[in-house]
Amino acid sequence: MIDVINLQKSFGDVQVLKGIDVQIDKGDIMCIIGPSGSGKSTFLRCLNCMEDPTGGQIIFHGVDITDFKVNINIHRRKMGMVFQHFNLFNNKTVIQNIMLAPVFVQCQDLKNAKRTNARITFLNLFKKADKKQSLVPITTSKAQIKKEAHQNALSLLKRIGLEDKADVYPSTLSGGQKQRVAIIRALAMNPEVILFDEPTSALDPEMVGEVLDLMKALAKEGMTMIIVTHEMGFAREVANRVLFIDEGQILESGSPAEFFGNPKNPRLKEFLSKVL
Amino acid sequence: MGNFSLKVENFINIFIHQNGYTRVLEGLRNTLIIAVVGLIIGILIGTVIATVRVIPKYKLLPRILNGICGFYVSMFRGTPIVVQLLVFYYVLLPLMGMRVSGLQVSVLVFGLNSGAYISEIMRSGILSVDTGQMEAGRAVGLGYWTTMLRIVIPQAVKNILPTLGNEFITLVKETSVVSFVGTADLYLAFNLIGSNSYEFMVPYLVMAIIYILLVLIISLGIKIMERSLRKSDRRN
Repeated sequence: MIDVINLQKSFGDVQVLKGIDVQIDKGDIMCIIGPSGSGKSTFLRCLNCMEDPTGGQIIFHGVDITDFKVNINIHRRKMGMVFQHFNLFNNKTVIQNIMLAPVFVQCQDLKNAKRTNARITFLNLFKKADKKQSLVPITTSKAQIKKEAHQNALSLLKRIGLEDKADVYPSTLSGGQKQRVAIIRALAMNPEVILFDEPTSALDPEMVGEVLDLMKALAKEGMTMIIVTHEMGFAREVANRVLFIDEGQILESGSPAEFFGNPKNPRLKEFLSKVL
Repeated sequence: MGNFSLKVENFINIFIHQNGYTRVLEGLRNTLIIAVVGLIIGILIGTVIATVRVIPKYKLLPRILNGICGFYVSMFRGTPIVVQLLVFYYVLLPLMGMRVSGLQVSVLVFGLNSGAYISEIMRSGILSVDTGQMEAGRAVGLGYWTTMLRIVIPQAVKNILPTLGNEFITLVKETSVVSFVGTADLYLAFNLIGSNSYEFMVPYLVMAIIYILLVLIISLGIKIMERSLRKSDRRN
């Protein structure tokens, strides 16, 4: 689904990613581990062009999204992202946080469809009867979009057991609750892949469990996930591929059993001996 | 003191029986129009400039826009507002062949002037919002401008509301110079009452009190607004 070809990224003179090649298929759960400063977060942020790569290509559904001419917003709708510091919209309530993007995007599509129809209707005035173009069918309305998004958001909230928090502001939630809301905010767009940027690093140990449980549930449903994490246990249990990145390069990749049980790269051996 | 009560009597006489109050009301109306409309124009201009100035500057167009905005801000912060009023009224607008009243020029100049100041206030507000908010908006597929308008600027406005109130108060008080271009504001009204009676003590005292009352009412309004905007905060 995502093909990363020779991805490079420099900040000024510092080259953070030195050519990364990796292929991510549908249903993959890929964990990326590595020491701090190794470029694993940068790699993840390059995948949805949060940082513009300085070289290489990222092919998402046959389109090179590193191209500046591509409308990245359309592709980002299909790539959810979850941040280390949650980044819920502070000025919106929990349910508004979840609804905002789906409602906005669908309303925009609706507006575009209406505009196209207006144009077609106008052009049809000048055409012969047999050459008239047909209109784009519009099956929904703004009110309906909002209603559906609201229901969807509520059912997502129910899933994580926070339906009673729908109308509170994020500042009153605990860290674990915030992160779970952030995950379902990404889910509300029906993404094909979700990128997790150290989702549990800013949580206290007690709350790590609830977030990981939600992620495991997602993994079972077959969601494609790319996870930068320091939770080795989680990586071993859930992932079907693990990557080890250091100094901007993939030093080792493989299935978790092989990766943790029989590491080959000396740098990885050293890393694992310290963290396990 | 006998002298003073005589002066007060004299003032009341002019104020009520010789229609002094109509002038004052007209002056008050003009003052408020200039301040309020000026503030609205200022907020609009300021928001646009501030947004332009925080755009990442990889490409040529943002750089050019940024340069223009920087020039605008330094022009309007670099000259006194009286000079701006005079230049617009006697130089710029006549050169452009436009004939406008003193009130319109005043509104325009106060709007442009406060726009320059508000742009810097707004910029600090936008910079005070965590960059993660913008990233989160972009990550769910919203565009730069949508995220700016729906997520970042509302939070920025909440942060800068006290400073913005300051700006509004300054604006109200600074309107007292618009008589330079013949706009009948509060100051001109009381000045006329004073010159009619050859007595300035009481009119200017009343003028000062009206300005104070105006500012007190405004600060109360700001306080109420701030409270309603702080709903999403934990500190109430």
